[in-house]
Amino acid sequence: MGTSFGRGGATDFPGDLANSDVIVIEGSNMAECHPVAFRWVMKAKERGATIIHVDPRFTRTSAVADIHVPIRAGSDIIFLGGIIRYILETRQYFKEYIVHYTNAPAIINKDFKDTEELDGLFSGWQEDKGAYQARTWMYEGVDPEPAGGARESEAGKKGEPIQRQPIQAERTDPTLEDPRCVFQILKKHYSRYTPEMVEEACGVPQHLFLKVAETLCRNSGRERTGAFVYAVGWTQHSVGVQYIRSAAIIQALLGNMGRPGGGIIALRGHASIQGSTDIPTLYNLLPGYLPMPKAKYDKDLETYLRLNESPSGWWGEYEKYFVSLMKAWFGEAATKENDWCYDYLPTLTGDHSHMNTVVDMVDGTVKGYFVMGENPSVGSMNGPLQRKGLRALDWLVVRDFQVTETADFWRNAPEIERGEVKPETIATEVFFFPAAAHTEKDGSFTNTQRLLQWHHKAIEPKGDTRSELDFIFKLGERLKRMYQDECDQPRNWPIRDLTWNYPVEGLLQEPSAEVVLCEINGYTIVDGKPVDGFTSLKSDGSTACGCWIYSGAYRDGKNQTARRKPHWEQNYVAPEWGWAWPHNRRTLYNRASADPEGRPWSERKRLVWWDEQKEEWTGYDDPDFIVQRPPSYRPSKDARGKETISGIDPFIMQADGKAWIFVPAGLEDGPLPTHYEPQESVIKNPLYGQQCNPERMEWMRKDNPYHQPFEDPRFPYLITTYRLTEHHTAGGMSRWLCWLSELQPEMFCEVSPELAAERKLKNGGWATIRTMRAEIDVRVLVTERMRPLRIKGRTIHQIGLPYHWSTKGLVRGDAANDLIGFVADPNVSIQESKAFTATIEPGRTSKHRRYVTSGRLVKKLPSREEERDLPIARYKPEAKHGFKAMESKEGNI
Amino acid sequence: MAAQKGFFTDTTLCIGCKACEVACKQWNQLPDDGFLFTGMSYDNTVHLGASTWRHVAFIERPVPLKPQDDGAFSWLFSSDVCKHCARAGCLESCPTGAIVRTEFGSVYVQPDVCNGCGYCIVNCPFGVIDRREEDGRAWKCTLCYDRLREDMTPACAKACPTESIQFGEISELQRKAEARVERLHETGLQDAYLYGADSAAQPGTEGLNAFFLLVDKPEVYNLPPDPVVPTKRVKDAWISMAAGALGMTLVALGAAIFGSHARDI
Repeated sequence: MGTSFGRGGATDFPGDLANSDVIVIEGSNMAECHPVAFRWVMKAKERGATIIHVDPRFTRTSAVADIHVPIRAGSDIIFLGGIIRYILETRQYFKEYIVHYTNAPAIINKDFKDTEELDGLFSGWQEDKGAYQARTWMYEGVDPEPAGGARESEAGKKGEPIQRQPIQAERTDPTLEDPRCVFQILKKHYSRYTPEMVEEACGVPQHLFLKVAETLCRNSGRERTGAFVYAVGWTQHSVGVQYIRSAAIIQALLGNMGRPGGGIIALRGHASIQGSTDIPTLYNLLPGYLPMPKAKYDKDLETYLRLNESPSGWWGEYEKYFVSLMKAWFGEAATKENDWCYDYLPTLTGDHSHMNTVVDMVDGTVKGYFVMGENPSVGSMNGPLQRKGLRALDWLVVRDFQVTETADFWRNAPEIERGEVKPETIATEVFFFPAAAHTEKDGSFTNTQRLLQWHHKAIEPKGDTRSELDFIFKLGERLKRMYQDECDQPRNWPIRDLTWNYPVEGLLQEPSAEVVLCEINGYTIVDGKPVDGFTSLKSDGSTACGCWIYSGAYRDGKNQTARRKPHWEQNYVAPEWGWAWPHNRRTLYNRASADPEGRPWSERKRLVWWDEQKEEWTGYDDPDFIVQRPPSYRPSKDARGKETISGIDPFIMQADGKAWIFVPAGLEDGPLPTHYEPQESVIKNPLYGQQCNPERMEWMRKDNPYHQPFEDPRFPYLITTYRLTEHHTAGGMSRWLCWLSELQPEMFCEVSPELAAERKLKNGGWATIRTMRAEIDVRVLVTERMRPLRIKGRTIHQIGLPYHWSTKGLVRGDAANDLIGFVADPNVSIQESKAFTATIEPGRTSKHRRYVTSGRLVKKLPSREEERDLPIARYKPEAKHGFKAMESKEGNI
Repeated sequence: MAAQKGFFTDTTLCIGCKACEVACKQWNQLPDDGFLFTGMSYDNTVHLGASTWRHVAFIERPVPLKPQDDGAFSWLFSSDVCKHCARAGCLESCPTGAIVRTEFGSVYVQPDVCNGCGYCIVNCPFGVIDRREEDGRAWKCTLCYDRLREDMTPACAKACPTESIQFGEISELQRKAEARVERLHETGLQDAYLYGADSAAQPGTEGLNAFFLLVDKPEVYNLPPDPVVPTKRVKDAWISMAAGALGMTLVALGAAIFGSHARDI
């Protein structure tokens, strides 16, 4: 979504779903995994909206939806591409909207070649590098800077920055007829994504597909709006980012972005997952989505700023946010003369995402590991490889409510039970810290809708239990003390100069969470007064701000996130409940809710509009636009930064102010979503010779074996994994609670009556599921909610597997994630766990073997790995793991 | 006397999340029912009992739910609870007076009075109330009497995210429920109806203070189609017994009179 619209967060709030006329839930089991937000879907249904659920399984969401579409896991891009084609063919796109607000009219570089011409590859594939060079995807004559995704990617690959120019939508064809304009390229790209193809490849009958497409189109336009809702059922694929891009294209074409009841809602799986990317636990970002400096080319502040500051659009403000961050972190030590301590920041030498970090542990590069609020032995892919990594560590710190499987990996794991690993041979020193619950600490959650909500401590944490804030604060204090005597050495200056003066309070002398929030909000250095918002931040060092997008959360010295005015005392947007980033905006890009002249598209869908009298934007929500900029404003030729945003550019973070139907820069694997099969599939790619995403991240190593790319005779079934309402992810918060455990007490699989008959599986009995990585025992639930699909004339069976259980807790069972290998999306390094192959047999025949420690589990067959790529894309640079990570040795990204 | 309060459980709004079960157990500090995988859809607590006062039934049906577009299948959810019958068999059969009707119209078991005789168990036509093995006493939903005293909503209704469980004044709930049925009929769900909304609809219980909106026969939800509180039959039983006794007396008298008369002949 970042590359499409400018920001990665959900574009709307769940409460606004009540205003939708159609809601498409795909890649999400919203009723089960987000039951509280689902109330708004039920409200919409009450008001007459049509609810559509597209999912391999008939779930609790399908049970209350109007239409359920069973689909083959891993085929969504064909389904969504089919909808795009339908919209274009039947001319049901919102023409005025796409001409003004999207890059549909933009003309693309004449050297661009589509996947239609190259059998599944775009132009720019570099055979010797095993990666794309995206220059031919660019707008003709200009190099736009992406607002999200791989900013600088182009620079990174070539080792030097490209020339940057402002882009103003001038080379366009508003008639949309130029064969090189985005609109026409789109038409061609999806020309073969027909209803027949959808039926054949997704297993969705044509009439059902057409019903979805018609319903969606009928409920979009001036008077009506539709919303898309997704979750990790979309992201956890080796083409995950492109799944979401497909929805972005549909919503842009239908004119559903920035409008009431429209948008795309990315449901987040935990209380503060959105927060953990905003103020990130991600290795490659600084707070507020500022990229981490790269060792290879961000040699100094000037270069870093030049590469990240966009000449046009909102990212022209980059320096203000960066300098304010450095002032927040290093205080007086950060001066203009020393480049605001730019040199204190670590620089990235490679991909250090989760799975790479784990193999780095296995290979002895990473020696220590902090695990907080996560249980990777159960919740992450290839559990046996995760534990192999833990065994190779010098030290491990786990902070959790319970002594989880990750904390106890050295004495409680399948390979320990089998005697293949002896606890006495493991040298890892494990430190377990009991963690305080949210009721035992002050702080905020940032949820799905980018909403910060404050929670107050209700009781003191018991015993040694403490909050993360307290732990990190005291760890920092200790580090500062430890380095006290060595502070003359420049390498220790970052620790010496780090601002760490948080007042402590209460019985336990814990740091004040509100003071931290105040720092995040930002303040003027001279008087310490909180700033109003990010527009008050300066690049001259006079302001400090811990995270520019959160600026305003402590406006007027008040904790805005603690506001709890009920919705019946304000308008339906409820701006006085909590505080949402950015600038308390609830619906992003809401300038698009008005027509180019600034009038609402319709009375029914009124949200933000231009007030002629007051000469400013106004409405029910905070306008996501420059408030005083009239719709008629057009930038001059020499405009820079914010000045380039014209009165009809609702997507202010984008370099050209438009929604990107076609992404000319910022994505690794192509400007348009293209269907590739999962790493392990049941069929050959029905559309292209290129079987899998050519840029996928693979870990070609002995402890991570893959099945054959498709039709592996040993693994004829497709598996998808998921959560149940009754448990929380890897179980740390639910398997130790009797009231939740009794509701779903055992690990099970869900199979159709047809598959049960084929494999002699009995309802309530046992089955064994096997991949090359592991074999697990599960109970069997035979249900008509699982349906065999007809795919290319064959019957395809899918098996459902929840992944909550493991070897500890009140209720135990085998861990589904032990079955899955490391494979990831190239843009965000997210694993592919929603579609892979396996086999199932009746009874409890598993010996709990794991490939990593037990060796081969199934008979050996040729790997056929070359069939995943066209000959030109077969070369993946030699590496100890994954072609992406390879270059890290040389200090590249 | 306070207003009569109860539940209206609209099963068409239920998403089967079981928040009601958990909220109930947490508020009332009830023990778990053991960790048993049943293989019965997503239902692993099976039925109401001494330690499960809300129970969500999961019904996989080989018939579609109109106007849903899903071939020949549907999945129904229904959160079951004590019905707090207007005429309560448990209350009427309780010999110790442990079971009382509260000022809210709900039926409440006083745990300090209950002696565990078990008469209430056989007298509940719904099989709701049960004895707990560990302490021998009878337990069931209290309609969160302790919360009602503080003017709070019962825990299950408070936790329900989709307003499937509605709590309020019974007359008000009845009005809402009727409107809801009408609305569902308009949208094509002709099968929707109310179960036990009042005395006329369910004379055997004289109406339920916790009534339901269902879309299939009661049996499908494990509810009796025509529940009758056993004590309701006591009067009839006494009348017929009295009639029988009278008849026998008359016969005996007749026999005595006419019998002796006959001998005279």
